[in-house]
Amino acid sequence: MLRWIVWRDLLLAWRRRTDILSTIFFFVIVVSLFPLGVGPEAQLLKAIAPGVVWVAALLSSMLSLSRLFANDYQDGTLEQMLLTPQPLYLIVLGKALAQWLVAEVPLVVAAPFLGVQFGLAPETLIVLVLSLLLGTPILCLVGSIAAALTLGLRSGSVLVAILVLPLYIPALIFGAGAVDASIMGTSPYPHLYLLGALLVLSLIFAPWATSAALRISLE
Amino acid sequence: MSFSFSPGTFVSLTGPNGSGKTSLLRILCGLLSPVEGEVRWRGERISNLGDEYFSEVTYLGHRNGVKDEFSGLENLKVACGLNGISLSQLDAQALMQRVGLEGRESLPARLLSEGQRRRIALARLAASKSTLWLLDEITTSLDRNALGLVRSLIREHLSKGGIAIVATHQDLGLTTDNIQRLELAT
Repeated sequence: MLRWIVWRDLLLAWRRRTDILSTIFFFVIVVSLFPLGVGPEAQLLKAIAPGVVWVAALLSSMLSLSRLFANDYQDGTLEQMLLTPQPLYLIVLGKALAQWLVAEVPLVVAAPFLGVQFGLAPETLIVLVLSLLLGTPILCLVGSIAAALTLGLRSGSVLVAILVLPLYIPALIFGAGAVDASIMGTSPYPHLYLLGALLVLSLIFAPWATSAALRISLE
Repeated sequence: MSFSFSPGTFVSLTGPNGSGKTSLLRILCGLLSPVEGEVRWRGERISNLGDEYFSEVTYLGHRNGVKDEFSGLENLKVACGLNGISLSQLDAQALMQRVGLEGRESLPARLLSEGQRRRIALARLAASKSTLWLLDEITTSLDRNALGLVRSLIREHLSKGGIAIVATHQDLGLTTDNIQRLELAT
């Protein structure tokens, strides 16, 4: 069941590759603009690196959010999914997982290469990847709530941004904090553990909230 | 108003535009919760049955529920997979042939006409194992051949003890023993 929904969404994403590519390019370009704009001061670049990479990850993951349910809503497949004998919780979880694989994993892969531009040390790059690995699923899960709530609205994507960015703040603080700690030479693990706890929380509650929001949006 | 239907019943739901045919069907399938009253399936309220009820009901609405990026075969397979119906490649091919999409089953649905996309939805209907069919304006953009197909699908369904509730403006021309008419007023 979960397998079907993930396979379906991955195949759909493959058929619409340009959508994914635009998200990745957005991330890469936004992050690369900062060293060019701020100037080649090694110390300054190092200091802003965690924040820049994380904020760019938030923004680019938001770009793809409005597509999470909107297309399925328009052609009626979402309605059909609600009418399958599977728990809606699982369907939402599957869609969020597919979204993560398609839109977020490429960012995690690209992040260390971008980190080099900021002169980050190898061990800091590892922490950056770890923090993104733990943090980006939170973005998908929490974002799915906003995407479900704004279904069918005309200016949905703007509303998604307003709704979801405040909810992203905890992930941003602990994610960027972990990388910061590693740059400062202190242990990044407290931040990473908290990020992990946030991930568990959102795994439990976000699909449930999204399911409820979907039922309301499709009435 | 209150009504109940026994197995093998064909229900023709008519009424002018805006009289609530679609709303009634959406309430019956559980997408919409009624302001007043309740829907019971085999004596049990559908809100208590939860996901179990959805394996008993198939709804085909105004929107086909067909993905433009997928071919007819893929659409059918994904829908069956999500509904927990196992469908072999051969069965899927046979269904595609039955709805008149032979030779076009591997084309992306966006290249097909509206009527052909409707036929993919019909294939999904034919593959469903549910007892209650709720069909909303099923005849939209279908040609005469396809109407014959719809009739034969419904007739088969009824003979297996199923119930079909069909909202329509146009008479389907279905002749069975057990027809009930439900007319909504504005």
